[in-house]
Amino acid sequence: MTASPKPTIGLLRDRRFKPDRDVEEWHGKYLPYDLVKEFLIALAVVVLLVVGLTVVFSSPDDQPVTVRSWSTAQPVDFAQTAITELDGSSGTAGYGPPYNQTPDASQSIGPFSPESWFGVHHPIDSANDYVVAPLLTLPNQPGLDAAISTYTSAPATQQASWTAAYEKAVADATFTRGALQVPSGRYGPVAPMISALTSMARSGALDGALISSRQFYGTDYTKPLLFMADGTYLANLGQAQHLQGPQWGMMNETGNYPGQAWLWLYTMWYQVPPMKTSSNADLQVWAIMMVLTLLLALVPFIPGLRSIPRWTRVYRIIWRRHYRDLNEEVDNTGPSPPAAAES
Amino acid sequence: MSTLPAMMHQLFGSLINLNHPGHYVHWGFIQISVANLILIGLMVVVFFAAILIPFRRHGGRG
Amino acid sequence: MPADTEVAADSAADLPEDADQLTAKLRHAAVAALPPGRLMPDRQPAYVASWIYVFGVLTLSALAVVIVTGLVLAIFGPSWWHVSTVGLFVNSLHLWSVEVFFFAMVVHLWGKFFMAAWRGRRRATWITGVVSFVVSIGAAFTGYLSQQNFDSQWIATQAKDGINSTGAGAIFNVTNFGQMLMWHIILLPLVVVLLVGLHVLLVRLRGVVPPFAPPKGSTIETETVPSHEEIPTGDRP
Repeated sequence: MTASPKPTIGLLRDRRFKPDRDVEEWHGKYLPYDLVKEFLIALAVVVLLVVGLTVVFSSPDDQPVTVRSWSTAQPVDFAQTAITELDGSSGTAGYGPPYNQTPDASQSIGPFSPESWFGVHHPIDSANDYVVAPLLTLPNQPGLDAAISTYTSAPATQQASWTAAYEKAVADATFTRGALQVPSGRYGPVAPMISALTSMARSGALDGALISSRQFYGTDYTKPLLFMADGTYLANLGQAQHLQGPQWGMMNETGNYPGQAWLWLYTMWYQVPPMKTSSNADLQVWAIMMVLTLLLALVPFIPGLRSIPRWTRVYRIIWRRHYRDLNEEVDNTGPSPPAAAES
Repeated sequence: MSTLPAMMHQLFGSLINLNHPGHYVHWGFIQISVANLILIGLMVVVFFAAILIPFRRHGGRG
Repeated sequence: MPADTEVAADSAADLPEDADQLTAKLRHAAVAALPPGRLMPDRQPAYVASWIYVFGVLTLSALAVVIVTGLVLAIFGPSWWHVSTVGLFVNSLHLWSVEVFFFAMVVHLWGKFFMAAWRGRRRATWITGVVSFVVSIGAAFTGYLSQQNFDSQWIATQAKDGINSTGAGAIFNVTNFGQMLMWHIILLPLVVVLLVGLHVLLVRLRGVVPPFAPPKGSTIETETVPSHEEIPTGDRP
């Protein structure tokens, strides 16, 4: 069934031809091209390349941090973190949604604050989840149980007084003969609680308690990860591996391995004002990246942006043989009749 | 060593160990690992190579 | 003799009275859009003559290797590569094929951008490509989170802030290993494969984008290309 040539695709009835949007469809030469063979060759090339890279470089596998390894390596930092969890001054305690309700903690751009709209979905009560509840799992600890009871039944002002004093003092603590040595002061039951928690952590029991607090087969590591992130041990390891935000760490991998180079633009925004110093930086950067991603997807619709290929003329290199062939054909056959003359 | 695990380790271990502290380039406010820089540089090189190197067809029509 | 007793069980009779069948309609639409010669062409326009054109299929091949190595890792479970040298080897294959995948995809993206490959009703092809890119980043991200090592701990505790700020952290919990693993091995690969499949079908449907009109100053009139041979059929040399 033949029909007279229709108007070229893209060239609709009343629309002008726009070279960055429309195209004159091809009615010229076709040449043999074996796609399946090309795929098989490409596959072979990729397999060889990947095997080669693997044999030469392998892949990184730095050991994970555990609460045990953290508290063993830096027991004082662990104790400092633990007291902030108890008194609610840790990063996690004051994070806000999705972990807890903390006033003014959510990030926002003007009235736009999706973090607070979605609310708390992974509740963490830092004092209970990180200190009190794990300690209560320890058997045969009447003295400790009594201390916990004293603490939990004390009025909030008394609790604050104990924890503030301890927090100040523990910065100068040492760890000798398997125990925290904190300068003497009026800490009430807080000192034995934190000491016991430190011992529990160093034994490995706290890792287990934080995972299996709700179920045996835990695969959710939110609690221990947030706990570790509140301290400085994990952060220092990240800093040493050049993984921190201000180090453009998002792009990086441990060691000398290539990382995620495709995140260059995402991490770049964190390095420039105002995001660099803003408490809403995360939401701001995500908003920017969502807009840019949308722009990339919608390039075909955006005048100016979609003209860049024609303006930069890189296509002249890509299709140089095509243009040369056209020139040769015209030279050989003379100027062609106008297209409209073809039926 | 002639045990199977040792042989496997020799066969499957890496020739170049990249697990040392990384090397980084600081350029103005940009910080980038040497590995990533090489990767990005290679991408640019490969792109220009791809558009510049002639593509010869089967049947010698090129 | 009634026509239906002469028709084999697995064939399409294509009788006019069956034309209203959903099956028949769908088949007709599919075959009309992508007849075998268009679905698996053995010819391409003469202007498809540059190494830049191989980066699409290189990306596809890399994706195939990513998936196959991922399947092997799935057979033995997420802890295998920490305790086995063969496992580490397969994990490395998986990691490097991902690097090759993104490398090829970015070069492919650059090439398609400078060709303005969205022209001539190929905007859906471009859009599915960009969306595939973005979803692939998500797939890689959940992969990094599933490593069960220091790197995944670091990435989880850092990335949570960005994701939480958008509210998505209420559902998408990067510190939940089980959830991230399932997104990585089921949900996102399915979406990537569907998107890439659609993308490739669109390329077959619309064909490879023709060049821009010849640059001004050449002997050819702009915007019109003289017709030459008809599209070859059969086995003409």
